[in-house]
Amino acid sequence: MTGDALKRLPLENLHIEAGARFGPFAGWSMPLTYPAGVMAEHTHTREHVGLFDISHMKLIELDGKQAADLLAEACPLDAEALAQSQSKYTFLLNDKAGILDDLIVTRLGPQRFMVVANAGNAEADLAHLNALAKGLDCTVKPLERVLLAIQGPDAWAALSRAGVETGTLVFMHGIEPHENWFMTRSGYTGEDGFEIGLPEKDARELLDKLLADERVKWVGLAARDSLRLEAGLCLHGQDITPEIDPATAGLMWAVSKDVRAAGRFIGAEALAAIVAQGPSQKRVGLKPQGRQPVRAGTRLFDEAGNEAGHVTSGGFGPSVGGPVAMGYVATPLAKPETRLFADVRGTRIPVDIHPLPFTQHRYRKG
Amino acid sequence: MAKLYFTDDHEWLSVENGVATVGITDYAQEQLGDLVFVDLPEAGRALKKGDVAVVVESVKAASDVYAPVDGEIIEANQALGSEPALVNSAATTDGWLWKMKLADEGQLSGLLDEAGYKALIG
Repeated sequence: MTGDALKRLPLENLHIEAGARFGPFAGWSMPLTYPAGVMAEHTHTREHVGLFDISHMKLIELDGKQAADLLAEACPLDAEALAQSQSKYTFLLNDKAGILDDLIVTRLGPQRFMVVANAGNAEADLAHLNALAKGLDCTVKPLERVLLAIQGPDAWAALSRAGVETGTLVFMHGIEPHENWFMTRSGYTGEDGFEIGLPEKDARELLDKLLADERVKWVGLAARDSLRLEAGLCLHGQDITPEIDPATAGLMWAVSKDVRAAGRFIGAEALAAIVAQGPSQKRVGLKPQGRQPVRAGTRLFDEAGNEAGHVTSGGFGPSVGGPVAMGYVATPLAKPETRLFADVRGTRIPVDIHPLPFTQHRYRKG
Repeated sequence: MAKLYFTDDHEWLSVENGVATVGITDYAQEQLGDLVFVDLPEAGRALKKGDVAVVVESVKAASDVYAPVDGEIIEANQALGSEPALVNSAATTDGWLWKMKLADEGQLSGLLDEAGYKALIG
């Protein structure tokens, strides 16, 4: 069985006890759903607190006098300009400005940064960063941590009851509240929430307290996907890939004007050319009419039947109460309310371009 | 009196007077999770055993439901159009998928009975 090759979460026994159904994702055996089911898990996260084991993702610590220089080459990011505790969403780019991975980088000290990388890309990211670090005063250190996401309007209150105070931490900031802990106020649901990296023993103690709180429920990867899709957030390998650049993906908000002008990062020239010319297609939200979901890989057509684009993520949005999707369409069509059509098993489904996110972000910004 | 059959694709058939009512089993709906859409077939469609009769869609994925025997669809469960979750809450009763007129009742002998199906899912 291929299952034997899958990596196992350090806390797998807790998920088994909770009745999780597992499935493969990015080389890991991951909890997909719990007995409550994806709808209830999704809704619970929006209303109370969803608890996610995301230990498949990788924390990478960069330490050294030239750590900021390394980041400034690997990412379209002025790491030196980050304030202590500040986090930024950024990417590793190739020389064609294709997105190798999307990351969150947090400044932990004058010469120390934490990178959170996607599970499926972690090894390649490490190799890439190590290659760039050659000859620089910077160590690249992957950390063995349990990583938990605590998401939803009551996340701060549940953490507080569990003895983890979050009061001064605001959205897109990160701290080290205890030895070998790393906590950011961020997430992948569109809700207020936190991600905490910590040693397994500490994680088990924290979970005992968190799960004793009735507001806190385990949430699996299936609801994590529907939550992030409603929030308009990209999944690397699906919505963004090494063939897609940040301009085409509509993610240039993550690349400051100064960084663009200085052009220090790998892919800067290619990205400048794409921006100057204008990308030929753009990432958009897509709202299928009716109830039938339109899935990743579905082709989109205009009224006259010409190819217009394709869907990269699609499913059902429990909070929206209907199907939601995102994908790429030719730039002239990338305007809200443009009507396109998807062909799903011979049925022509009207699909309207829709602003992202589908559900309002509720981040705690200060 | 209707007679009950099962398939190893986790479907059930309730057969009476040459007509089978077909649905998925409780085990199958649990595996699929919350259904959000059922792509219902048109009445009058002729099916060969193994043809895709219905597509059921969960939040995450679309899954095919196959015709367990040859026949012609005479009715689809229209209630699922507005309430696909009936398949989750009542898989073997109100959550039926379609009714078909059997082409060859002899094919039924190749299906499982309830005891055989229970043995299959353990």
